[in-house]
Amino acid sequence: MKSLLVAAFSLFIVTFSNTTFAQENNQNIEKEAKRGEEKSEELKPSELIMEHIMDNHEFHFAEINGNHLAIPLPVIIYSPQRGIAFFSSSNFNHGETAFQGYKLSEKGIIEAVKDDGSQDESVKAYDFSLTRNVVQMFLSLALLLYLVIGVANKYKKNGANTAPSGFQNALEPIITFIRDEVGKSNLGHKYERYMPYLLTVFFFILINNIIGLIPGTANVTGNIAFTLVLAVISLLVILFSTNGHFWMHIFWPPGVPFLVKLILIPVELLGVFIKPAALMIRLFANMVAGHIVITCFILLIFIFGSMSKVAGWGFSPVSIAFTIFIYFIEILVAFIQAFIFTNLTAVFIGQAIEGAHDEAHH
Amino acid sequence: MELLQPGLGLLVWTLIAFVIVFFILKKYAWTSILSALKERETGIANAISSAEKVKLEMASLKNENEALMNQAREERAVMIKEAKVASDKMISEAKDKAKGEYDRIIAEAQQAINQQKNAALTDVKNQVGALVIEVSEKILRRELANKSEQENYIKQLAETVKLN
Repeated sequence: MKSLLVAAFSLFIVTFSNTTFAQENNQNIEKEAKRGEEKSEELKPSELIMEHIMDNHEFHFAEINGNHLAIPLPVIIYSPQRGIAFFSSSNFNHGETAFQGYKLSEKGIIEAVKDDGSQDESVKAYDFSLTRNVVQMFLSLALLLYLVIGVANKYKKNGANTAPSGFQNALEPIITFIRDEVGKSNLGHKYERYMPYLLTVFFFILINNIIGLIPGTANVTGNIAFTLVLAVISLLVILFSTNGHFWMHIFWPPGVPFLVKLILIPVELLGVFIKPAALMIRLFANMVAGHIVITCFILLIFIFGSMSKVAGWGFSPVSIAFTIFIYFIEILVAFIQAFIFTNLTAVFIGQAIEGAHDEAHH
Repeated sequence: MELLQPGLGLLVWTLIAFVIVFFILKKYAWTSILSALKERETGIANAISSAEKVKLEMASLKNENEALMNQAREERAVMIKEAKVASDKMISEAKDKAKGEYDRIIAEAQQAINQQKNAALTDVKNQVGALVIEVSEKILRRELANKSEQENYIKQLAETVKLN
């Protein structure tokens, strides 16, 4: 099953990359790729990788002879000067044309333009478009809701004392694991209050991680905006859970000399914000790295292929093998990162709610 | 680094999505799942502890049963012994009684026999006496006709008597 996925992914990358060779681009390229046999074929690995990782206003699969194989997504722009604009991203013609006074920049950012096509700095445009990350996240969450509520209904229907069946079997050990290893072990007897939040965070990250691994889908959890939101939410949860003891430790650390206290206070205060920031960066970096590595291994085929066809064909089995290997690791990472985010959030909440009995632990 | 610039749209949509998903799951999923899991776990724990209790109860019942059995066995042995003694006594009593009765019956029988014998003897004696008297009468009548013979006879008689 998984190797099939990998095969499909590779095939997808093949078409994806091939067609990108044909893309006409005047931009300066950070990394000059080797010239292919055909003159128009130009390999730009870093751009390809970035295109794979970054958000986009469409689900772009391939470009064959100038025809784009893509699903356009709705664009929603709010501008204080011009109001709300709502149209399909296909109107941008993949960045080639302006529409309703907006244009897609080379970086994929929507800018307001004047009639002559130059950027209009005076008009602020806030982009609330349903980009591919947003759409994919919505779809993943719909799937998550469907699965989890289905399981919950099973519990309601069958009562507590029947053995779990079907998907319940898959979900129950995860839920009990989160409850016992994350909730109970970090939060003690107060764990019940935080369980809905912890479970939601875990499954929210997990489903997006896993769906993001399917070839052709967007890299939702590897987007800093996504992890930023989760980190801010966990920061809020941590702050709302704090007690006087927690703040006492920050503003008047016990058991240290006065001068050290002066140094410790800003450090401790910063720590409050650095902890969620670390959560944000950890998830983001892990997922981005995974996607970059997989894309790199696939792209190696074409880098070698652009040197000579034989090298490309010859290297492909090696590349595929490595990709499969990394894919398995990524499946593991999808679970591990979801767990780490949830667990560390629980640890931080635990620190915030811990009582005076932990005086020695500092 | 555009990679590190959070997009406003995704930011807002993720926040909205998370909040909605959180409340939906909290209302429709987590509460019921967690309570069901808890209920099941406490149910299992209760079942185990009650099983343990029942086991102990069973063990104590078994002990009790054994004690009862032993007691019953002892009682049975005692009863059998008593019954044997009683029966032996009854048998010997019956034997004694029977012997006494037998002796009495035999004694009575002997007494009766003796009485009968005596009665019969008396009767015989009487009859013999009567017969003797009758015969003597007849003889006397006949003898009175014949004097010599009479004397002869008397002589004869006298001779036999004499020897007594």
